[in-house]
Amino acid sequence: MKLKGPQIFTKTLREEGVEIIFGFPGGAVLDIYDQIYKENFPHILVRHEQGAAHAADGYARSSGKVGVCLVTSGPGATNTVTGIATAYMDSVPMVIFTGQVTSPTIGTDAFQEADITGITRPCTKHNFLVRNIEDLAKTIKEAFYIARSGRPGPVLVDLPKDIMQSETEYKESNSLKLSFTEPKYLPDAKQLQQALELIKKAKRPLLLVGGGIILGRATNELKEFAEKTKIPVTATLMGLGAFPGTHPLWLGMPGMHGTYYANMAICNCDLMITIGTRFSDRVTGKTSTFASNAKIIHIDIDAASINKNVLADIPIISDAKSALQEMNQSLDQDHFAVNEEENKKWLDQIAEWKAYAPLTSYSEGDKIKPQKVIETLYKLTKGEAIIATEVGQNQMWSALYYHFDYPNTFLSSGGLGTMGYGFPAAIGAQVAFPDKTVVDIAGDGSIQMNIQELATAVNYKLPVKIVILNNGYLGMVRQWQELFYEKRYSHSDISQIPDFVKLAEAYGAVGLRATKPEEVEPTLKKGLNIPNTVVMDFHVEREEGVFPMVKPGTSLSETKLKKEELS
Amino acid sequence: MERKDQTITFLVNNKPDVLARIAGVFSARSFNIESISANITMNPEITKIIIVTRGDTATVTKIKNQTKKLVDILEVSHLKEKSSLQREMILVKVKLTNENRGKVMEIIKDYNCRLITLEANHCVLEATGNKNEVKNILKRLERLGIEDLSRSGILAL
Repeated sequence: MKLKGPQIFTKTLREEGVEIIFGFPGGAVLDIYDQIYKENFPHILVRHEQGAAHAADGYARSSGKVGVCLVTSGPGATNTVTGIATAYMDSVPMVIFTGQVTSPTIGTDAFQEADITGITRPCTKHNFLVRNIEDLAKTIKEAFYIARSGRPGPVLVDLPKDIMQSETEYKESNSLKLSFTEPKYLPDAKQLQQALELIKKAKRPLLLVGGGIILGRATNELKEFAEKTKIPVTATLMGLGAFPGTHPLWLGMPGMHGTYYANMAICNCDLMITIGTRFSDRVTGKTSTFASNAKIIHIDIDAASINKNVLADIPIISDAKSALQEMNQSLDQDHFAVNEEENKKWLDQIAEWKAYAPLTSYSEGDKIKPQKVIETLYKLTKGEAIIATEVGQNQMWSALYYHFDYPNTFLSSGGLGTMGYGFPAAIGAQVAFPDKTVVDIAGDGSIQMNIQELATAVNYKLPVKIVILNNGYLGMVRQWQELFYEKRYSHSDISQIPDFVKLAEAYGAVGLRATKPEEVEPTLKKGLNIPNTVVMDFHVEREEGVFPMVKPGTSLSETKLKKEELS
Repeated sequence: MERKDQTITFLVNNKPDVLARIAGVFSARSFNIESISANITMNPEITKIIIVTRGDTATVTKIKNQTKKLVDILEVSHLKEKSSLQREMILVKVKLTNENRGKVMEIIKDYNCRLITLEANHCVLEATGNKNEVKNILKRLERLGIEDLSRSGILAL
């Protein structure tokens, strides 16, 4: 059966189980868009290609499936780069299709030409330029395979227009021979045994887990392991939701804006079991003093992440699920029991730290406190919403005050720290879960970075809720300027902002505003109940800071609870 | 940890962008490429790339781990200086005068160099050798007047 490029494109995507494409058309991909039109292939038209990439990312993070986006050549392709780099840093499985100028004009600086495979080489897991129509189906299959296998990541496929316009004899994909074989990521038995021996001997053990638990679908195994061993758990930003946020063994997030007790536990533990995290500088603080009293077991699917920032005593290259399953099984066979006395001492110490610096210690006054908005949101949604965030103070307050009990419910740009990520990501999540409450927690600065996607949300009747913590500042920039630049607020005051309520209405969404503490709950209640895209503009205390905080370059032991301690 | 020249060989699929991907890992992770050579192996579908970088063994491990993740990399090996054979080739254009002509010929003889061209005022010679041999040849020729020089990347087995 002879098929043209766009027919092979949609056919192969269907075979890969693709349910939706996020995209934006343009000259180089018009043939594909014509096929999408003819087949009525599910497609969400965004308003900016960066939005397409973030929406595909949010779809992938919330559903665990591969997110797909399609854009045209040149600026269409380059506009996705921030979204691709965001997904790359957080190991999100995505396939990005970009149009390309015709093969003979590649390299001639043709209209809307960009060397997108060259541009995205450092921020994709792999990328392809399709040079022959015969390679198209196989390349697409390989792209999906690479995106979802091992440590997941974004894969870009560049499609020259003339290749897509040509035709070839189509082979069923199950007859295609891929260049890759299924990699195995099982733990080494000897190393695992050594790890278990350390765990059995430890007096103050701690679990530090990351996004690898969620990506590896190992949350149940983690809970079983923590409960069996009674080891307290802290999770990085990317790992929020990997362990129930209301569990007695839960310590919250560690690091620069981590909880006091998670940071103290890291400083005082004698064994750290790290799974699926890469020791980001935001987690470790000064690496030379990080967990300096502890032996470190590091389990990760990516060998390159082990010993990269922090040296491991026992490095184990494995996917999180296999390692935890085997450890749980071994503990069962050994009839493992914790030393009750030592365990109690350790948990009591942690309880003391918790009592000394609870998260609820922020002061309330006559202005809306951003923390209160998030706590109320948590209460009203019973912690069951999918929360996307932008980047900055809003992100950190969300991480601290919305207690994530479930995996795949916290969507945030952890590695790259991309302002403008949250709203399109929330759109992607709402597409994946039309019946769930999806909220983007934003700052007044970051929401303006992809606010054009209000049109997308309204167009597809996606009832995403946007909670703006509006302080008229680039809040985190202002906080750093206050603490480390003697209050020289260089270009961080953005109080000249649009009227977000009117803006929402202009796009056909609903706009609500709250300016007093007593308006927080009624506004959230009302907004959550409106079956439409809703923008809720909370005018919060302008100079509220995110605390606890560890000054950059210092040790976690120097966690400060309020700004007076930092200046 | 001692920083010294480290030789890493890569067996890769013979595709146009693989070298760029490897070089990209080096630049993105702040590792410097001191020398590079690449050509097909006995199997024309597989290319061997040999890169010399400076660093300690931890640097080598990081480079190996990061490059192994690339899709078209088949094998990455660290070649230890003592247990491997390393050669480099140089082409040197040397200024010839009545005074130095004899000394240039002496060097050619001492190091088994090949005389590629010989003209009235200069000659081009070719030499291969290990790091020290090449260094010594260049040191001696430098005193006599090198007009141009090309060095290959390190070849190693």
